Amino acid sequence: MKPFTYSRAASVQEAAQTAASVQGARFIAGGTNLLDLMKLQIETPTHLIDVNHIGLNRIEATDEGGLRIGALVRNTDLAANEVVRRDYAVLSRALLAGASGQLRNKATTAGNLLQRTRCPYFYDTRMPCNKRKPGSGCAAMKGISRGLAIIGTSDACIAQHPSDMAVAMRLLDANVETVTADGTRRSIPIADFHLLPGDTPHVEHRLTPGELIAAVTLPPPIGGTQVYRKVRDRASYAFALVSVAAVFGEDGSARFAFGGIAPKPWRVDAADAAVGSGPKAVADAALAGAQPTAQNAFKQGLTARTLASLFRQKEARA
Amino acid sequence: MKFDRPATANPIDRGRVVGIAHDRIEGAAKVTGTAPYAYERHDAAPNAAYGWIVGSAIAKGRIAAMDLTAAEVAPGVLGVVTHQNAGPLGKGNMNTAHLLGGPAVEHYDQAVALVIADTLENARDAARLLRIDYRAEQGRFDLAADRDRAAKPEDGFGGPADTSAGDFDAAFGRAAVQIDQSYTTPDQSHAMMEPHATTAAWNGDRLTLWTSNQMVAWAVGDMARTLKIPKDRIRVVSPYVGGGFGGKLFLRADALLAALGARAVGRPVKVAIARSQIPNNTTHRPATIQRIRIGADKDGVIDAIAHEVWSGDLPGGEPETAAMQTRLLYRGDHRRTAHRLATLDLPEGNAMRAPGEAVGMLALEVAMDELAETCGVDPVELRIRNDVQYDPEVGPKRPFSSRKFVECLRQGAARFGWEQRDSRPGQKRDGRWLVGMGMAAAFRNNLVASSGARVGVDAQGRVTVETDMTDIGTGSYTIIGQTAAEMMGVPLEAVTVRLGDSRFPVSSGSGGQFGGNSSTAGVYAACVALRTKLAERAGFPAEQVIFEDGLLRLGNQSRPLAAVAGPDGLWAEDRIEFGDLTERYAQATFGAHFCEVGVDIDTAEVRIRRMGGAFAAGRILNPKSARSQVIGAMTMGAGAALMEELQVDTRFGFFVNHDMAEYVVPVHADIPEQDVLFVEELDDKSSPMKAKGVGELGICGAGAAIANAIYNATGIRLRDYPLTIDKLIERAEGSALA
Repeated sequence: MKPFTYSRAASVQEAAQTAASVQGARFIAGGTNLLDLMKLQIETPTHLIDVNHIGLNRIEATDEGGLRIGALVRNTDLAANEVVRRDYAVLSRALLAGASGQLRNKATTAGNLLQRTRCPYFYDTRMPCNKRKPGSGCAAMKGISRGLAIIGTSDACIAQHPSDMAVAMRLLDANVETVTADGTRRSIPIADFHLLPGDTPHVEHRLTPGELIAAVTLPPPIGGTQVYRKVRDRASYAFALVSVAAVFGEDGSARFAFGGIAPKPWRVDAADAAVGSGPKAVADAALAGAQPTAQNAFKQGLTARTLASLFRQKEARA
Repeated sequence: MKFDRPATANPIDRGRVVGIAHDRIEGAAKVTGTAPYAYERHDAAPNAAYGWIVGSAIAKGRIAAMDLTAAEVAPGVLGVVTHQNAGPLGKGNMNTAHLLGGPAVEHYDQAVALVIADTLENARDAARLLRIDYRAEQGRFDLAADRDRAAKPEDGFGGPADTSAGDFDAAFGRAAVQIDQSYTTPDQSHAMMEPHATTAAWNGDRLTLWTSNQMVAWAVGDMARTLKIPKDRIRVVSPYVGGGFGGKLFLRADALLAALGARAVGRPVKVAIARSQIPNNTTHRPATIQRIRIGADKDGVIDAIAHEVWSGDLPGGEPETAAMQTRLLYRGDHRRTAHRLATLDLPEGNAMRAPGEAVGMLALEVAMDELAETCGVDPVELRIRNDVQYDPEVGPKRPFSSRKFVECLRQGAARFGWEQRDSRPGQKRDGRWLVGMGMAAAFRNNLVASSGARVGVDAQGRVTVETDMTDIGTGSYTIIGQTAAEMMGVPLEAVTVRLGDSRFPVSSGSGGQFGGNSSTAGVYAACVALRTKLAERAGFPAEQVIFEDGLLRLGNQSRPLAAVAGPDGLWAEDRIEFGDLTERYAQATFGAHFCEVGVDIDTAEVRIRRMGGAFAAGRILNPKSARSQVIGAMTMGAGAALMEELQVDTRFGFFVNHDMAEYVVPVHADIPEQDVLFVEELDDKSSPMKAKGVGELGICGAGAAIANAIYNATGIRLRDYPLTIDKLIERAEGSALA
């Protein structure tokens, strides 16, 4: 770990101002990803701004009938929240499919959105990796790629986004609310929040330097049957090979979002529209243009199969 | 004590303490954090500095230049050890590659430097400042590609590389039923909970290592050879080991570099191998390719069986002896086994829990399932038909010392409810789950190793045992205490057990499932010597005196143990030496695994629903810790079957998934109820304890039972481990999967 300085912010404004004024500063909340990355010198901040004491830890109704989730709400608390469980069950289920109880106790809403890929080459600093060291190349593309992305990738990077929570939020059309040092607030639709790798895989989201996530807001509840299905190499505590968040409406409509297969939570309008044609059609629409490797091509079939499982369960309930 | 004739009645047979389920006697210390592990010896080395290992960034080649300047002046840095300043180093007998590399690099993450600093963070940070100029060379990293280059290895630990009897080719050619299949198993990591760790301190020219090692005497010997100093200047202390599974049989880089670091900076140094370094820096279980051919009659009775195995290792390394069980498990007059070894430049392959059988049984027991299906014979019945009570390569003149294989099959099947299985695959459904049952034999050789101990009685009648035996989580403390308590006629609470110190008599150590039986036999021998001394002192004839209830008793006379020991106490030392009973008798442990799985009809996720087994391993010294050994091994078998694989990058020559996030092992949610039945057995030819090994038996065959259950559930026969979702859905067409 490179030496770094540390300060504890007392307010949102102070946190944002410190971030703007100190080159190389990073916010730290739960630290469940950042600290690991710092030990490996994949992240080398000069200064850590502890944001654990600036509020932002409430879950409250919005005027529009939705829900505002403070950036520092812990994953455990969010999953257990009564309103979330009742009106946004897919979010609760996605959270509980992620990590372990101990990690969820520490991990925060904003931190979860910003967690970094699990590509094994990203984690070994002796290997080329365009995401870790721009321009150094990608060792994964012709290497061990079984767990990596099959769609939304580029010639520079095939890393996958590891979050479960973000997949559910993408399904729910959440908005990411931010604040900057000068007090400017903005709301970024989650669809636009994460960036595809393109030529700059090290740039993963739209936040500007020093910009702080204050909350994630959910639109009013959409009802329906909400499910999250995560398929992985063991029964618990593993990242998704494929995950699917779905809402099946009473009227036969549906929404689908996918994890484990793309550099960001993956959602395609055409996939939602294909619900009437069955799981294979939904998968085909979601994965149109996929460019898998030989090692991870199975994720295409597995995506269709995971959807088929959800359709089967829905029909069994009906 | 020489053990060269079958044991007769002895005090262990009383079964007052031995054979009774006991909590582990060091358990409270472990769960309260007061059992000190190697990296936590603040008591012994309070001023220890921290070492951080720098691993090679290439798999093969040379270091052209090293620039230490930036690291040496970094905050808190006390020194940097490299091949340039370490002085002349030898190599341990048990090491294939050098523990400190350079200028030649033999494998990825081979240690090439140790940075020592006042804190772990400073050492780790400075390690990044080393500038190492490598000259990479092309290596060989792909077993499948190099299979044809594999050569017959020298006869090794497990015996000859090849064996044969009868005329396999002719018999196989004329067999009514022929099975000829190939199987593969991947490289695997021990993934023990406690990483390799050592605290080292020098006092003048004397070195003390507080370390985590399964074999104390080997560590002393190999450290002496590596540092080129006499053995008597080295003390190794390893009282608590947080899991080893074979990964800590040998002196490793943590120990050598802690010693070199401590010498370089003139104060104690401690080194733990980082989790992400363990797969490539230390040893692993090598991958195998296995071909099995079985020729049988239409009723499944085997006439011909052949098992050929290919594995790879660094130059000078050894093969994975995966055909070992096929030499002994089933009948057949015409037989052949062969091991071939390819030279690879991957990290060092070596022993992992049940080396040989653990992966050999993954192949053999699926082949047997295939034979059962082909012949239309129930898999349990098939194995009963092919039971053999003698070494089938030698004939009836070499019988088994004890073999309750058929009893295990029958009792295990009854207890599991095997009769409910539908032999046709893909027939049983429970909601979204395809449900199947599978079984496999369990087989592991019974090895024995000479083992010493000393035992004393003090003036209070308290018994103390000292031996360099280790407890790697297995329960050695408790069974050694039980043995001494039984022999000396005192309760277990009156025994103190001290382990893992090279100042104590040399034991068998922990490995190859020989430790439990061998080390307690050594304690038995020392107790016999102590009983003789005490009897003499009491004036009783040693052969007739009975030790019980803290007394020496002869007829209606008795003397308290404490009084006979006297104010200074009394000690005796001896060791068990094994004669040729392992030659005259085939010795092995047996069992039967049963498993029920569910396979998701859409996603092909596999969930184990039940595991059960029956096992015969001689006297079970402590049923509680023996059960823990078996269920732990069954869990490891589940990992081997379903998920564990070190993924080889054949371009760079290393294991890519080198952390616990990416090298997945079973978690609680993967493992259901596990049922273990011990079939009653005493083996008088194994040791005076009449016990055999049990620490590895449970892994041997467990994964094959799972594979066979998956076949029964789905109709998909996978032969390349681990049996992951991608492989199942690739074969979905024509199966019971949707």
